[in-house]
Amino acid sequence: MKSRSVAIGLAALAASLVSWQASAVAASAENGKAAFLRHGCWQCHGYQGQGGIAGLRLAPNPIPFETLSNFVRTTNRAMPPFSKAILSDEDLADIYAYLQSIPNGPDPGSIPLLNQ
Amino acid sequence: MARKDTRRQGSAVKGPDVSRRKFMAGVALTGAATTVSAQDAVNAAAAETAATPARRPSARRPDARMAAAETGTPKELAKAVGPDGSDFMVDVVKTLDIAYVCSNPASSFRAFHESLIDHGGNKKPEFLTCTHEETSVAMGHGYFKATGKPLMMLCHGTVGLQHATMAIYNAWVDRVPVICIGGTDLDAAYRAPGVPTIHSAQDINALVRDYTKWDDQPVSLQHFAQSFVRAYKIAMTPPHEPVMIALDLGLQQEPVRAHERETLYIPKYVPTAPPQADANAVKEAARLLANAERPVIVADRAARTPNGMRLLVELAETLQAPVIDQRGRMNMPNTHYLNQTGRTAALIGNADVIIGLELGDYWATVNGFVDNGHDGIGLNETRIKPGTKLIGINSTGLVTKSNYQDFQRFQSLDIDMAGDAEASLPALIEAVKAAISSDRRAAMEKRGEALKKAYADGHQRTKAAAAVAWEASPISTARLAAEIYAQIKDLDYSLVSSANVSGWPNRLWRMEKHHNWLGGSGGAGQGYSAPAAIGAALGNRDIGGRFSVSIQADGDLMYTPGSLWTAARHKIPLLSVMHNNRGYHQEVMHVQRLANRRNRVAALGMDRSPIGTSIENPDIDYATLAKSMGYWSAGPIKDPAELGPTLKRAVQVVQSGQPALVDVWTQPR
Repeated sequence: MKSRSVAIGLAALAASLVSWQASAVAASAENGKAAFLRHGCWQCHGYQGQGGIAGLRLAPNPIPFETLSNFVRTTNRAMPPFSKAILSDEDLADIYAYLQSIPNGPDPGSIPLLNQ
Repeated sequence: MARKDTRRQGSAVKGPDVSRRKFMAGVALTGAATTVSAQDAVNAAAAETAATPARRPSARRPDARMAAAETGTPKELAKAVGPDGSDFMVDVVKTLDIAYVCSNPASSFRAFHESLIDHGGNKKPEFLTCTHEETSVAMGHGYFKATGKPLMMLCHGTVGLQHATMAIYNAWVDRVPVICIGGTDLDAAYRAPGVPTIHSAQDINALVRDYTKWDDQPVSLQHFAQSFVRAYKIAMTPPHEPVMIALDLGLQQEPVRAHERETLYIPKYVPTAPPQADANAVKEAARLLANAERPVIVADRAARTPNGMRLLVELAETLQAPVIDQRGRMNMPNTHYLNQTGRTAALIGNADVIIGLELGDYWATVNGFVDNGHDGIGLNETRIKPGTKLIGINSTGLVTKSNYQDFQRFQSLDIDMAGDAEASLPALIEAVKAAISSDRRAAMEKRGEALKKAYADGHQRTKAAAAVAWEASPISTARLAAEIYAQIKDLDYSLVSSANVSGWPNRLWRMEKHHNWLGGSGGAGQGYSAPAAIGAALGNRDIGGRFSVSIQADGDLMYTPGSLWTAARHKIPLLSVMHNNRGYHQEVMHVQRLANRRNRVAALGMDRSPIGTSIENPDIDYATLAKSMGYWSAGPIKDPAELGPTLKRAVQVVQSGQPALVDVWTQPR
């Protein structure tokens, strides 16, 4: 009985993750860029999510969506939390899609100005 | 430097012995002679009461002569003959080798002004015309940090000083001496009516007393001589701070009084030795440091001079201890493997002994504040392990005042030494060397090897972080810093001010000399960077051979845009590169934070950021602004590929002796 409950729980979790992933994949990077600006993410993380003294780097290669989502909704650290009332699930998924779309930058070893 | 302690020669000219105060004394005596005594008044009233019951005044009405003396306009004063008081004042100033007086002209110091340029020949000090008193003070702020020498600023004691106050507060928090002089006309009966009277006050110094180290209002020329030399001496004794002298217009305009002509002298200035930490406390601190497993040195405004930097390196190498440079000054070369500023959180969290040198905020060094708590209170959390020993050397406690809260939160220390860190370091280094036992040396060497590896790893992480968004437009602040450095790395550069660009210059540029980095504003008051950079560039020009560069925030420049004219007018070579993020960015984030906390969507209006925090619509054309005041300028640059060639041209202009400004549209931070 116990093992069955665990199995059901795992299945539910897997379904949930698939759902998150599907939602992220279906999201629009173009809309996400607009939402990234509209909701003020750029203020601390930069227009390309590169980060800086006020906020961590978000892109390229963002952290898993569920980790990001949980943090955005519940953070008690320097970043203020964004509830669903002010940042919808759809906008958050679009923002994630935008972060995923940001390509890797050049190899720092190949940039002469960073090797002066 | 001229140092006089001789009695000043009296004037050979013997003119009428007229002074305004003696004239007034005569009036007072005359008044007394014609005034009815109190007893006379009582007797007269009693007699009149007996004659008639009608109500009468308790004293006789003033006769015509008395009324005229009390209310009439005084006669024109005779033209005084003799050496002018303000000429003597300039003689006093000249003994202190002050290079410039930064000022916006004003009637309340007109006599002193005239003496500076005519009696003093407009040399040492030379009058620099500023378009705002905030600029006058901030130029002195920057000049001192580049040269170690203070400047003077002159202002109206009321409206001018009101303009100057924020910049004086910045200097106070940043521990920088500026000699502030405010004109005022104290004599209410004889000063000009109207605006000059509006511009006078009983005690102008009260406005800045909370954030100046000392002030005075001399009432004689000898008093001025003593007070000016005293003010200079106090300002130049660590902890350095601004001082304030109120300069009475009457005293400036009067001739030297007869009784002073043979006795006036200029006191000799002798620097005061800086305060040092207590010897026994130093030994105990050294014992803790020498026996620590994971000691950490934190420095903020520790290295006042290049020698302070050398001493800090020696202490760190002796202990093989990491240094966290909080960058109030250039404390530790960023090319030294013991500069571990990038690992601040980890080092503080693991330390068993921490020594803080001239920290502006010890509490925030060992504690965290997260602006995200319930009800806006925020979260407070310690960053250190239980039992970590805390040591401090700080001169701030010697000048702490009550009103303004720049002393920060209270932090208890295990050993707290009142004294100047730089002056105390030689004794501490010797004590540490004496306290290190032979069995500790191997552990220290091993610690040093681990720190070398951590430094190398950190350097690679920095480069990787800088490469992100390398091609972005608006231009990333890392790219901005790297492009500037490419143009100045072979010059003896001095970064004279830096906007909030995520610390990239300190992370990417080789900073090994004390003047490579001058620190920040101190009080974080907007309007510092533009004029302070110009003041520092002036100092670097005078020293010779240094190239001054500033990363200039847009919001900061708009407080004192007139400072650009001063730089062009006086041919001060400075390259200003705009960090034009088109917003008051700190406030952008604050409003967003509060909107989130209240579960509301921040209103943007027509802008990118919450209403009231943007500097756009219309966008400001800083290149045109600078050009209109005599600068060479370019921009706005939005394409990162255009930045390097434009900066190259600007560097050439600055090397020819002119100021130049390049406007760059940048990422927020």
